[in-house]
Amino acid sequence: MNVPQALKYTASHEWVKSEPDGTLTVGITDHAQQALGDLVYIELPDVGRVVAAAEACAVVESVKAASDIYAPVGGEVTAVNADLPSTPELVNQDAYASWLFKLKPADPGAVGKLLDAAAYTAAIGDA
Amino acid sequence: MLKQTPLNAVHRAAGARMVDFGGWDMPVNYGSQIEEHHAVRNDAGMFDVSHMRVVDLAGAGGRDFLRYALANNVDKLQVPGKALYSCLLAEDGGVIDDLIVYFLREDFFRIVVNAGTADKDIARFRALIAARAPQLTLTPRTDLAMIAVQGPNARAKLWQALPGSEPASAALKPFMGADIGDTFVARTGYTGEDGFEVMLPAARAAALWNALAAAGVRPCGLGARDTLRLEAGMNLYGQDMDEAVGPLESGLAWTVDLASPRDFAGKAALLGRAPARRLAGLLLVDKGGVLRAHQLVHTAQGDGEITSGTFSPTLNQSIALARLPAGVAVGDTVRVAVRDRELKARVVKPPFARNGKVQVA
Repeated sequence: MNVPQALKYTASHEWVKSEPDGTLTVGITDHAQQALGDLVYIELPDVGRVVAAAEACAVVESVKAASDIYAPVGGEVTAVNADLPSTPELVNQDAYASWLFKLKPADPGAVGKLLDAAAYTAAIGDA
Repeated sequence: MLKQTPLNAVHRAAGARMVDFGGWDMPVNYGSQIEEHHAVRNDAGMFDVSHMRVVDLAGAGGRDFLRYALANNVDKLQVPGKALYSCLLAEDGGVIDDLIVYFLREDFFRIVVNAGTADKDIARFRALIAARAPQLTLTPRTDLAMIAVQGPNARAKLWQALPGSEPASAALKPFMGADIGDTFVARTGYTGEDGFEVMLPAARAAALWNALAAAGVRPCGLGARDTLRLEAGMNLYGQDMDEAVGPLESGLAWTVDLASPRDFAGKAALLGRAPARRLAGLLLVDKGGVLRAHQLVHTAQGDGEITSGTFSPTLNQSIALARLPAGVAVGDTVRVAVRDRELKARVVKPPFARNGKVQVA
């Protein structure tokens, strides 16, 4: 299973990348895209929306099932990946390149409390 | 412990994603379900359907017995090899299962039933046999495997993979089957495409599967099987109908001949019941999600419910079967509760897609 070392993770299968400007880039893990199967619909939050940690703020639907995507930490949505609603399969092709949205975290330290690669790998039973 | 088909190791070696399907360890896909779907619509794909149960009915009077036991009329089967789709009904008219029955000889019929219902089907048949035709023997063929090879190029690729099969199966019309030695080949399926279903001794299943793969037939999982059958407008037992509903509420009136004098199990209950709901097709008009089973459908005549819904790879749009109030007509616009919003959908007559082509406007 592909779990890049440099990223942080949530138990609900989001990955989080800390950018140099302090924002966080969020996507779903390779494990999540595999479990969901072919994605056919993605709904992203509005830019400017303020979300709480663990708040449902996006939806991905595969042929099989719909799944909420949760904000890994609280903050403001600063950007969304506009390519995805028309080409959701990009997430299946490369889950770590196909980010969903970017957040400006309310608490810059919050990301430190997320799972590291080893903990996430253990959480998905792939250790 | 999940049950395994004779092809389990082959699926695992191919990297299939396996799931618990009604107690069976089955492949849901081998990578991309959508690519598998397109392979069947445009070329050839194969499915392990060995979890389905072949049951042979032998003895004198099999036709008389089935004429009563099944809701569809086996007298439509006059040419040996001919197949018929039918419901097996409970006395109250509920659907115990849907099945295919093949007429092979007057003293030999072959029945193929669903995996999850096989035990209760066999119990039902045995009870009816004991009461009406004790001379008949019913034999579940757990020694057989079953591979469905489907798609416009499926037949030619099976002939390539199974040397000697072409002469005996090339002339088979749709819904006809023939024995080729100890292998039974039928021009049937669950995808809306041409092709064969092949029943053969379990020990030879892996060799045939590998030969089909070598001939360019793409392994397909239950995920693609579901989107293909839904596009083809075919019901899935347990989802689109079950013992709580009858065939008339399930889009299966065409399989039940209520006008003829023939009596059959469950008929009396059907005669006393004008269906208040009917199964219809839905095509999602709005963007905003995917139609799924159990979503509520609001219509001018009252509420209904989606029984099967998915994203259709052929239409590139979401489709569904839904049980709706009987007054709802094809062409009506309805509203479906998808997550936290209501999306517009149009009522259509299935199938949505067959033979590689979209069938609804």
